[in-house]
Amino acid sequence: MSENKPSIWQRYLSANPVTISFLAILLGFIVGAGVIIFSSADVLHAWSQIFNSPGGILHALKVTFDNVGAAYRAMFTGSVIDPTTFWHALSTGSGWDAALTPLSETLTYAAPLVIISIGVAISFETGLFNIGANGQAILGGIAGTAFGSMIHLPMFLHLPLTLLCGIAAGAFFGLIPGVLKALTGAHEVIVTLMLNYVVAFFLLYSLLSTPLQLPGQANDLSRVILPSAQLPTFFNTATTLRVNWGIVIAIGVVAFGWWFLNRSTMGFDFRVTGANPNAARASGINPKKIIIYVFLISGGLAGLAGVVQVDGTTHSLDGGFLIGSAGIGFTAITVSLLGRNKPINVFWGAILFSALGVGGRIMQAETGIPLDLATIIQSAVVLFVATPVMVQEIFRLREGTVHTIQLNTKGWGS
Amino acid sequence: MLFMRLELRGITKRFGSFTANDAIDLVVEPGEIHCLLGENGAGKSTLMNVLFGLYNADGGEILINGESVHFATSGDAVRKGIGMVHQHFMLVPVFTVAENVILGFEPTKSFNRIDYATASDKIRKFSEEFGLEVDPDAIVEELPVGIQQRVEILKALSQEAELLILDEPTAVLTPQEIESLIKIMKDLAASGKSILFISHKLKEVKAVADKITVIRLGKVVGTGLPSDSEEELASKMVGRSVNLQVEKSPHNPGAPMLEVKDLVVRDERGVTVVNNISFTVNRGEVLAVAGVQGNGQSELVEAIAGLRAVESGTISINGVRVDNASPRECLDAGLAHIPEDRQRDGLVLSLSVADNLVLNTPRAPQFAGRGSRKLQAVRENAERLVKDFDIRTESVDAPVGSLSGGNQQKVIVARELSRNVDVLIAAQPTRGLDVGSIEYVHKQFIRERDSNKAVLLVSSELDEVFALADRIAVMFQGGITGIVSPDSTRESIGLLMAGITEQVNV
Repeated sequence: MSENKPSIWQRYLSANPVTISFLAILLGFIVGAGVIIFSSADVLHAWSQIFNSPGGILHALKVTFDNVGAAYRAMFTGSVIDPTTFWHALSTGSGWDAALTPLSETLTYAAPLVIISIGVAISFETGLFNIGANGQAILGGIAGTAFGSMIHLPMFLHLPLTLLCGIAAGAFFGLIPGVLKALTGAHEVIVTLMLNYVVAFFLLYSLLSTPLQLPGQANDLSRVILPSAQLPTFFNTATTLRVNWGIVIAIGVVAFGWWFLNRSTMGFDFRVTGANPNAARASGINPKKIIIYVFLISGGLAGLAGVVQVDGTTHSLDGGFLIGSAGIGFTAITVSLLGRNKPINVFWGAILFSALGVGGRIMQAETGIPLDLATIIQSAVVLFVATPVMVQEIFRLREGTVHTIQLNTKGWGS
Repeated sequence: MLFMRLELRGITKRFGSFTANDAIDLVVEPGEIHCLLGENGAGKSTLMNVLFGLYNADGGEILINGESVHFATSGDAVRKGIGMVHQHFMLVPVFTVAENVILGFEPTKSFNRIDYATASDKIRKFSEEFGLEVDPDAIVEELPVGIQQRVEILKALSQEAELLILDEPTAVLTPQEIESLIKIMKDLAASGKSILFISHKLKEVKAVADKITVIRLGKVVGTGLPSDSEEELASKMVGRSVNLQVEKSPHNPGAPMLEVKDLVVRDERGVTVVNNISFTVNRGEVLAVAGVQGNGQSELVEAIAGLRAVESGTISINGVRVDNASPRECLDAGLAHIPEDRQRDGLVLSLSVADNLVLNTPRAPQFAGRGSRKLQAVRENAERLVKDFDIRTESVDAPVGSLSGGNQQKVIVARELSRNVDVLIAAQPTRGLDVGSIEYVHKQFIRERDSNKAVLLVSSELDEVFALADRIAVMFQGGITGIVSPDSTRESIGLLMAGITEQVNV
């Protein structure tokens, strides 16, 4: 059967999942460039003048490349590394703070996103749609903040228990849709989606009522987590480097997720159930139990993400916690799709999306292009990942394993 | 136009890089019954779809009475006198026979009113002419399957078809219905119609054909005559010599292993589909459940496997009650289950062959410990089974969905038999398999029986039932109409399958 096996190079150019993902990212940036061009007054003006002077077209092209280049340069230097400051630090030995800040910020933002995305990926891999990860994370953040700010314990107890509180709260909040689905068949998408609103208003309520509200405050601001419960940063607090143990926890969660889905017996049950619920049942797997376990684990990880978010950076909650564009529970859905629910891929996807977010802020500050561009790029990337056949056509890739790239986008027969 | 001579010259049809039909030549003379014999996946249906204008051929031409024709749609084919009776009927269940027959070609009176009288007359005329015996005013869904098929034939005839394509027409019929279909086909041929009959069942082909063309892997590999032996035809079809007889030792039943008593099962709509059934399967025997599809066999198997609720009655495996038990409890009680729909209930297509081979035993001590799977052991198990059961796969890590149907079924058979439990239930275990795989699966079942296991085989293929069974239980409309010995005649079992018990000595 093994007539002329394709060479490694040919395999890279065939439509395999890794190639498709990279090309999807590339296409995402191309779409982003298009948006920059059409939303930049300078660029549009330059193009409107191309017939007014002999070098008009060249000038317009130059303006276009300048604008797009400036935006993406700002995005890169703001999220990964800025060669200027880095060279400065390298040659003078000082200014390392500034040189490493972009990377530190990216990793700081990535930590909770990685954790919550792994949780969402586990639920997706089981064919269940935990759209409520954001709500579970918020509740985890509230529980962790409450425990971390109001209980006094030595650090070796206080920090782990604070994190555990977050996990428990998230798992509890995941249990609600899980139990409802297992016992009554209530659709998890509806329930989790609605519970997101419940928890968002609970957040506001708790921030404005006595126990959690910062004493003497009239605004929606919580008490501050005590130092004994805070996730320590890697560097002393005098620097601008906020990167903290959250990213280590995140890497641990990735390792757990990889082991769970690829090596554990329960993870096997999850994957079987996700890929074919009928065969799962016939093989002796109890689907009700699986539903509940999935939501416990997915919710627990979301809760952990919530507490890592507050415990690693701001140390207190405000009314905007994980609301709106900071809703990492929703970003996690797209990250899971990008990583096709594979923990290692999900990790890199989360890093990329954090970098886009962090870099986007710098880009907004430096070029005036709105941060929303980052969201547009993220969305475009996911769109291309979800339509591998389109990417294959655009780049004229060989037929490959593209048909095996499928996402679990259907629920359990409902 | 009267009488049709159909000729296919070098018909080639490709799907991507896969060639489904490779330069196929075929001639059907007027008044001839021409059988197209080939295994599932040999390209028979593709060829018929090309002929009926549903696919465009990539090469070759179709000639009718020496004149080259091109069909862009099935409508073109119908106008040229080609009629097709699909395997799955294309009838509107709530319409009458007459309404179905004229659908799309309605005769009209003034003001575009449908002329039912003319339609009914026409149907009566055809019906008498060809001995079809169909009442034009009957509602289609109230008719037995065999009659529904005649409606399809009528429909084709009423559109003035000179050549009828019958695509696996016998799959859904009882032996008696098959016989009357064969008679109808012969009458049609005698009146000058040409018939292209597609099948992979040797007996029928031999009974009806004037000429046989065998195709394998998209190519014509030979022609045959009905006087050729089954072994000869099967060898041409498979491409190697096959042994259709299953050797087995005399029936020597042991202790009862699977006992079903007064079982009642309802379907999703609350209709009783298994009605008060009792039987026992002993060690060292194969009890075959015969019957036309849809008479409660599937639900019976699901109830035994714990996949369907039991309304009343009991099921016990090796003395353990498992009625309304979970599938896990049934498996643990010693049940191996080869489900009817392998892709739905038996396999996870996206998972590897190795994973599928431990699908219902992932926690067995040799495959897992302390919550972690022992992937090395899972792989070794898979490599052993792939070798023992001759599963053709690139590697044990390949997704099981990449295997052919026969090899997918072998994965399930390998998994269930390797669990080495006492009771094996298998539903339609060889459906859609090629002759070679059927031969293999049958041998495995007999080996199980001879090693003192109890085997319950549910099959709508009478050949399979006769080849394997020590006793045959016949199901009709949810009940068992008789449990008979495999020495009974086909006719007597056919009557039981139709629910007629009087003339049979049980």
